[in-house]
Amino acid sequence: MVIGAWNGPGRRVGAYFDLMGFADSGWGFDMLRATAVTLAVALAGFGLGSLFGMLAAAASLSPVSSLRHLADGYTTVLRGVPDLLVIYLFYFGGSTVVTDIGRLFGAEGFVSAPVFLTGAMAIGVVSGAYQSEVFRGAVLALSRGEIEAAKAYGMGPFLRFRRIILPQATRFAIPGLGNVWQLVLKESALISVVGLVELMRQAQIGAGSTRKPFTFFLTAGVLYLLISLASGAAFRAAEARAMCGIRRAS
Amino acid sequence: MNLLDVSFLGETFLALCRGIPLTLQLTAISITSGALLATLLAALRLSGNRPLDALARGYIFVFRGTPLLVQLYIIYYGLSQFPELRRSFAWPFLREPYWCASLALCLNTAAYSAEIIRGGVISVPLGQIEAAKAYGMGQLTLLRRIIAPQAIRLMLPAYSNELILVVKSTALASTITMMEVTGIAAKLISVSYRPVEIFICAGAIYLLLNFSITRLLRLVERRLSRDQRPLVLATGEQA
Repeated sequence: MVIGAWNGPGRRVGAYFDLMGFADSGWGFDMLRATAVTLAVALAGFGLGSLFGMLAAAASLSPVSSLRHLADGYTTVLRGVPDLLVIYLFYFGGSTVVTDIGRLFGAEGFVSAPVFLTGAMAIGVVSGAYQSEVFRGAVLALSRGEIEAAKAYGMGPFLRFRRIILPQATRFAIPGLGNVWQLVLKESALISVVGLVELMRQAQIGAGSTRKPFTFFLTAGVLYLLISLASGAAFRAAEARAMCGIRRAS
Repeated sequence: MNLLDVSFLGETFLALCRGIPLTLQLTAISITSGALLATLLAALRLSGNRPLDALARGYIFVFRGTPLLVQLYIIYYGLSQFPELRRSFAWPFLREPYWCASLALCLNTAAYSAEIIRGGVISVPLGQIEAAKAYGMGQLTLLRRIIAPQAIRLMLPAYSNELILVVKSTALASTITMMEVTGIAAKLISVSYRPVEIFICAGAIYLLLNFSITRLLRLVERRLSRDQRPLVLATGEQA
């Protein structure tokens, strides 16, 4: 019989490490592998989100009013609708398309969309809406004089973007991007609902087969906290690095 | 496939509307109880007592650093691991997905709101507090007359963002069998396989809810900042 959770602290800790250990009967490797999947899907989603965010920020700063409205609509809708709905939209929408394609090749019945890809896309589209606001703010924080000076030097829009806007806006964007990353990390837990075996889903599997839901979900929570601590430190280091050589008031 | 099937859109919208009361209930319960807990946490953070401050800090760190889904699952699935708890008075509540979802949302939003409240309180100018003390105001009068009115006004914009997050977070209750708007939407999608139309309807409902909340809070903010508005000088008349 597995030692109960209330049989004294020593045995409790021992039982915990048996359960989450790296022996054959332990769940340690599964949980670590799932943590890696969580990191991978969060990073992929964040990367896609940067792309969408930059496009939306560029659209919202463009002189063309229809582009501005489009970007405005995108950020308003994706920031106002639950992430879970967006994940369902991508998963079932993707599956409908995949099923239709499968039918063309003679497949029968429902074909599921690839869950990693749909998850990354859903996170990407949602975080893109948040990132576009970060990028927009960062570009607006640049001093106008520099952009005018670049124009006066005869720099084209691409050269101006690469040499003047990008290096400085990245610097201003780092703190905001750190916040969005923390959101993305937590949002990635929602992808478990469509069956991607990331940290949350793995914890559910473990909880189901051992009847120890508290232990597994608590472990998942601690792993999320550790990732969030480590990435918070990384963003602070990046900010310190990007800001060196910049004079700041006080 | 016809993308814009108006009658299907109408039926879907009506079906989803049946989830609105539950979404609103979860929101209202978690916001009110969360605000009370947040006030307590903010008071601990500002108490100047180091152990109490550390306690509140730890709470906020844990609840902001982990996904809400983990918190919800720990409460709904995890607590059943303890037979002692299953025999306790709290079990009739903790067995119900409704109360588990409300509790998780409350604990979660309290962590975020506590920092918003603290931010509002510390942005009240120190000179005003000193002046009030010099007038001989007691702690309660100081809080009621000087700190609270200004702190509430200062924190309203950030708090309205938090309310939108709570409305969005109620969607997670669908993962523990609650049939609020997202729960109904998920069911409809898995029956009809028409995710786009259903997403449009459910999205419209959430946008509408969030829009009303932001408008309402902006009204409150306007009311609370009447003294801040520039005076309209009545040029033609003599006072």
